[in-house]
Amino acid sequence: MSAIVTRPHRENLVRWAGQRPEVLVLSADLTASCEADGFRDDYPERFFSMGMAEQNMMGFAAGLAREGFFPYIHTFAVFITRRPFDQVAMSIGYPNLSVRLIGFLPGITTPGGVTHQAIDDIGLMRLIPNMTVLECGDATDVESVLDVAQAIDGPVYVRQLRGEVPRLFPADQPMQLGRARVLSEGADLCVLSCGICTEEAMRATAALRERGIGITHLHLSTLKPFDDPRVMAAIRSPRHGVITIENHSIIGGLGSAVAESMAEQGAANPLRRIGLRDRYAHGASRDYLMREYGLDAMALVRAAEDLTGKRLNISDDDLAGARLDTMQTADKTEDL
Amino acid sequence: MPAAVHRIDPAASAPTSSKEVRRVADAVRRRVLEYTLKNNGGYLSQACSSAEVLATLYLRVMRLGPSQAPLTPLPFAGAPGANNPHAFTGADYNGPRAPELDRFIFSPVHYALVLYSLLIELGRLGPNGLDAFNQDGSTVELIGAEHSPGHEVTAGSLAQAISQAGGIALARRLRGERGRVWVFMSDGEFQEGQTWEAFAALAHHRIGNLGVYIDANAQQCDGAMSHVMAIEPLAERLRAFGADVHDVDGHDSDALTAAADGFGFGDRPLVVIARTDPCRGIELMRERTPKLHYIRFKSDAEFGAYQALLARLSQATEAETSSGTGAEAITGADV
Repeated sequence: MSAIVTRPHRENLVRWAGQRPEVLVLSADLTASCEADGFRDDYPERFFSMGMAEQNMMGFAAGLAREGFFPYIHTFAVFITRRPFDQVAMSIGYPNLSVRLIGFLPGITTPGGVTHQAIDDIGLMRLIPNMTVLECGDATDVESVLDVAQAIDGPVYVRQLRGEVPRLFPADQPMQLGRARVLSEGADLCVLSCGICTEEAMRATAALRERGIGITHLHLSTLKPFDDPRVMAAIRSPRHGVITIENHSIIGGLGSAVAESMAEQGAANPLRRIGLRDRYAHGASRDYLMREYGLDAMALVRAAEDLTGKRLNISDDDLAGARLDTMQTADKTEDL
Repeated sequence: MPAAVHRIDPAASAPTSSKEVRRVADAVRRRVLEYTLKNNGGYLSQACSSAEVLATLYLRVMRLGPSQAPLTPLPFAGAPGANNPHAFTGADYNGPRAPELDRFIFSPVHYALVLYSLLIELGRLGPNGLDAFNQDGSTVELIGAEHSPGHEVTAGSLAQAISQAGGIALARRLRGERGRVWVFMSDGEFQEGQTWEAFAALAHHRIGNLGVYIDANAQQCDGAMSHVMAIEPLAERLRAFGADVHDVDGHDSDALTAAADGFGFGDRPLVVIARTDPCRGIELMRERTPKLHYIRFKSDAEFGAYQALLARLSQATEAETSSGTGAEAITGADV
């Protein structure tokens, strides 16, 4: 059972920014909702409220970065990647400015409905030259992603988690740029997961291994650049095929990146992409949406059965037994 | 070196006269006309409207050091990126970065030819600086970007420069610098929501080291702004957004200069709305009203008429240079 960490970003940001006077935070009226309230209270001279005006906020961040500051934009992922896309591409991306775009509530992690659900943000940010794309899957990722982002010369988009976050990985094993975490190794299937879907995948792979399926499972936190040799090796070798699972559209995100790499390498394995299948979601609980749209552990079991040609008789109870202790209700009490 | 090229020494204390601004502005119009003919098309009306505004900014308002860039612009060295150490900035033509010096942010970058022509008149760009204009592989692009001479940001998606300038101004304030940030904008940019987001933020954060000059020529691509999407009353709108607004004749260099007098130590942004005539100095163009945004000659006869005008303007300049008078000849020649 994994431990639950409450608001790891909030604590970590305050600690991490303490000795970094060049780090600023810009917020668009979602300060506590993006766990930047601690920073605001402790370093008010470095916190700038930009109001509900994301296009202008991107430009201000660009200007501050041109002058040597490191602006950390905090708002919801949708409001970084959709509304001000042109500003991110032209004011920040083209000049390769060191603006860090910290996007909260990725995919269906918000009950706020379609307007609040970033289901295309990885795709949009991957499209921008110079942009690095990172995604957190647990509290250790959340606590180490700022170091990874800060070391990059250029803009970084971070798909960030808030609220109650499981600790899946040891706290002393930080996220590393371009280096996937190898969670298991086996010859039958290759499972590549990112974000909150890694936790789902860990439940499924545990049950699959009990049925004798050998699985190489990698957790990816760097979605661009996409050149990790571990990933490239993993997609070449499985006996039955590759499965990707992500809290995002199957178009433009992890599944697309893997498909591109497999095609370029001539890896002639079948690929199954688990994610939102070119559909919008709607406002509901995370557990409900993950099941409804097939982003959960059972979806991965079905894909494994499809690729191996075996009926594995894995029940919901089997997966629940492997269920990692997460998913408290606190997330729903946050401001949308 | 041609007589028209003048080196600017920021240490020289003698104030530049409106007469010098007029000479430079006329030369800018003439050069833009020349290149519009050469390319059989160009942003000519923008030169007519903005020549005095931009010349006044460079000659009488901004505190800039000498150019740090080559007289002949370098070819494009690739987009900025972590793996491209060769990328460079066109801002070097506006002098070095220093705490006490001003910065210039050029927003409506389809005015690029106007800026390049001005930089030539100021000696910041060599007399042959436009040889590569609109040529493949050049930085002297038709619509400028941050590698183009005199450009600091990539502003072609309009209304993005004002926000970036706001960030630069905020950063300079955080560092306690005395230099100011000047933004040149077009009035069409006040149709974009981002511009108003930016002015709200400038007022909210009490940014008093950023000044904006607007070329209010009342024209845009589809025609007269009053028909496309009205922005008036612009001065009242901007005042309501918290700016210190001056509404002046954009061809009157003394008025343009006076509006910025002593600016830089308050807590409000400055806006100078320069009311301009998009046909100023080239009366021939009035026939094309209201389609003035981009001039492309429709017939040989029209091309010939503009060519003849250029010849007259050039002769008038030569006469002026030899006699030291005759500035009126430019507006008088083409009526």
